[in-house]
Amino acid sequence: MFDALQQRLSGALDGLRGRGRLEPAAVDATLSDIRLALLEADVNIAVVRGIVERLRERLVGADPAPGLDPRQHVIRAVDAELRAALGGDHVALDLAGRAPAVIVLAGLQGAGKTTVAGKLARHLASKGRRPVLVACDLQRPAAVEQLRIVAAGAGVAVHAPFTEGDPVPVAREAVTGATLAGHDTVIIDTAGRLHVDDELLRQARAIVDVAHEHGGTARTLFVIDAMVGQEAAAVARSFADVVGLDGVILSKLDGDARGGAALSVREVTGAPILFASVGERVEDLEAFHPDRMASRILGMGDVLTFIERAEQAQDAEAARDAEQALLDGTFGLDDLLEQLQAVKRMGPLSGVIGMLPGMGGAAAPDVDDRQLVRTEAIIRSMTPAERRDPRVLNGRRRRRIAAGSGTTVPEINRLVKQFEQMQQLMRQAAAAGRGGRGGKGGKGGKKSGKGRKGAQRAAMQAQAAALGGLGGPGAAGAVPGAAPGRGLGGFAGLSAPGQPPRPRGTGDR
Amino acid sequence: MEGLFEGASLVAIMAGVLALAGGLLGARRARGRSTGQTSTPMHEVASDAPAAAPVAPDPEAEPEAEAEPAGVTGRLARTRNLLTSALAELVGAGLDDAAWERLEEGLIAADVGVQATTAVVADVRRLAREGGVRDVDGVRRLLRDALVAELSSGERALRRRDGDGPTVWFVTGVNGAGKTTTIGKLASREVAAGRHVVLAAADTFRAAAAEQLGIWAERTGAELVRGEEGADPASVAYAGVDAALASGADLLIVDTAGRLQNRRELMDELGKVGRVLAKRAGGIDETLLVLDGTVGQNGIAQAEAFHDAVEISGVAITKLDGSSRGGVVVAVQRQLGIPVKLVGLGEGIEDLEDFDPVTYVDGLLED
Repeated sequence: MFDALQQRLSGALDGLRGRGRLEPAAVDATLSDIRLALLEADVNIAVVRGIVERLRERLVGADPAPGLDPRQHVIRAVDAELRAALGGDHVALDLAGRAPAVIVLAGLQGAGKTTVAGKLARHLASKGRRPVLVACDLQRPAAVEQLRIVAAGAGVAVHAPFTEGDPVPVAREAVTGATLAGHDTVIIDTAGRLHVDDELLRQARAIVDVAHEHGGTARTLFVIDAMVGQEAAAVARSFADVVGLDGVILSKLDGDARGGAALSVREVTGAPILFASVGERVEDLEAFHPDRMASRILGMGDVLTFIERAEQAQDAEAARDAEQALLDGTFGLDDLLEQLQAVKRMGPLSGVIGMLPGMGGAAAPDVDDRQLVRTEAIIRSMTPAERRDPRVLNGRRRRRIAAGSGTTVPEINRLVKQFEQMQQLMRQAAAAGRGGRGGKGGKGGKKSGKGRKGAQRAAMQAQAAALGGLGGPGAAGAVPGAAPGRGLGGFAGLSAPGQPPRPRGTGDR
Repeated sequence: MEGLFEGASLVAIMAGVLALAGGLLGARRARGRSTGQTSTPMHEVASDAPAAAPVAPDPEAEPEAEAEPAGVTGRLARTRNLLTSALAELVGAGLDDAAWERLEEGLIAADVGVQATTAVVADVRRLAREGGVRDVDGVRRLLRDALVAELSSGERALRRRDGDGPTVWFVTGVNGAGKTTTIGKLASREVAAGRHVVLAAADTFRAAAAEQLGIWAERTGAELVRGEEGADPASVAYAGVDAALASGADLLIVDTAGRLQNRRELMDELGKVGRVLAKRAGGIDETLLVLDGTVGQNGIAQAEAFHDAVEISGVAITKLDGSSRGGVVVAVQRQLGIPVKLVGLGEGIEDLEDFDPVTYVDGLLED
């Protein structure tokens, strides 16, 4: 499904290749595909219309910025538009004002309010606040018991006097008694309710009014599941209109839903998305990053998190050396081994791969951390000379390695073959990135501003090659660096401020 | 965007390494199940449509519509407007491209999804052309029939066994979909029909999950089997079978913890629970996937992944008392051949209906 879209998109983007000014017809074709990408990401159809219109205004007749070709310009514009639509920069929860600060959590059934309540409490406690959780879901069986257990897990107090009845007096009691009980923050968990249930919406409103009664800080936070579809817009609007929303928390973001609901909610209510709930443990609460969400909605994966983790896993110097080795054609299996070890430090393989464009959700390949270990074992059983140049690996050597690493000769054959493929992909991409004029010799090429762009482009093309090669059926063994454009997901043709390759350090491998 | 591409070279290398490490280069995509390529041609499926759906000239005169309780038809009340106005526009605009696009938008707004929508509308358009259909009612009828046909294949009834121990129903789904509530409603129905029901609380992860199911057991007169929090869910499922056999129960329903389908280890765990259950019970009669009616296209990924792990035999779509249409079930049926069997319409014990394609689609298209 997504691959078909990528191809459509790359087709449209191809139409923009090499043109200067962006012509309406070409822009329309691209916008059409972006519209589809957003719809497939569950962004509400009316919201999509608005965004596409704004994009059209930005793009038609515009001159791409110097150094950017039109495709890159378009993709940048789309990303910028989405980021802005999602709120621009990260917004923090502001609880300044008279104590106690009262937070009401509202949302549909099953959104994750109770789990989020615990996470929020723990988060605020870690910032030095003294929160109490209040059980105002007196509707769902065992909801109060669940909150008790959640509170215990978060190490915070809980106020849960009843398991049925009217939640409004419970809220009032908690707010008025908070300060005396030593709490400066009150977090009220409410029952899930439909946005079309007027009575229950009024009840939620009543609870919010109670929160404001004490004249101090009160915030209503709307919790919504990242996987909600088209109706996210209508749901958010109803809650905003009747109950009032000060902020949004997106839940189950550790799933693989593209999360278009986030965009719909933000567009329709203007309320900032403050947090992302990303797991079932009480620590799994993160600040919401509009740029990462924009990338995810477009199907571009969560490359920023990927990069963060990758950077944590190894230092920049090692990375640059490795990149240079690739460009020089001297990237050997020992370099690969280093990289594999770095990859191991990034966390479970399936999670890491899922962050790459086109690799999430249904497209996620069945990767196995054990595979990584076996690959490592194979390389370790090789001599330095073999690692440097796998071409010397004859049958006898391979058998020896298989025995030494506890693997099989076919596995070794596969590794070597794939390694060669990978090298070729990278080299071709790098060559393409340098204007198609021979890729070897990585010492910076043109020493002008263009040289930097060329290097960046090389890096991106390499990435596109690698990622495009993973992109899906039919891509196996292909050289995507040569095939222009895997669309948004493949990053094809994108330029970016990257790191120019540094001259290789002394000390040969 | 700047931030996105810092360390691009790093990404390039890591990506290549990951490809290698994961054994991906040259490998076929693991999820062999393609999305959207398994649709059956319109005419074939149409023949499976229930015979009880006469094509009457005036939809309002159909006996089914009148006999329908407030249930699905009554509550599927909102975004239909988009569809009906699109239908009107179709004729007003002389069935031109823009009008057909509006029709597509109506379906997309119902979470049917771009792919399924495009396919269905393309079929309807062709049929309209071939049949010379140019009036709103005619096009509506074609669309209705197309959608009904999509949703009509497969069994509708929950499977049961005849002797050989209790019937076993295994309930799965992501967090918050409505599994436990649905089980409560099923228990209520079955007990009311005179059956002895055992509920196994194999959600040993979520706080107070067993308590929640326990309340439903109490309300409905079903027997509860539970373990300690953190216990092995497979062992609770196993114990459920033991209990059901010991008390000569007719039906065992096993609740499981909600899990996101991209969590490999959790899906593996589910597979294991299923295997243990099947082995002890001599098979599982129905494996239900509970889909939240508000879910967007991720519902398809859910269905794919859960089907991979435990072979889903039916879908229960919940929370259709809101304004969501649950259109994703169309794609789930089209692409995976998994029928919808149950519709959840609220948190009350009675709020459960058997899925009927005609009712569902009529609710979708009605004024």
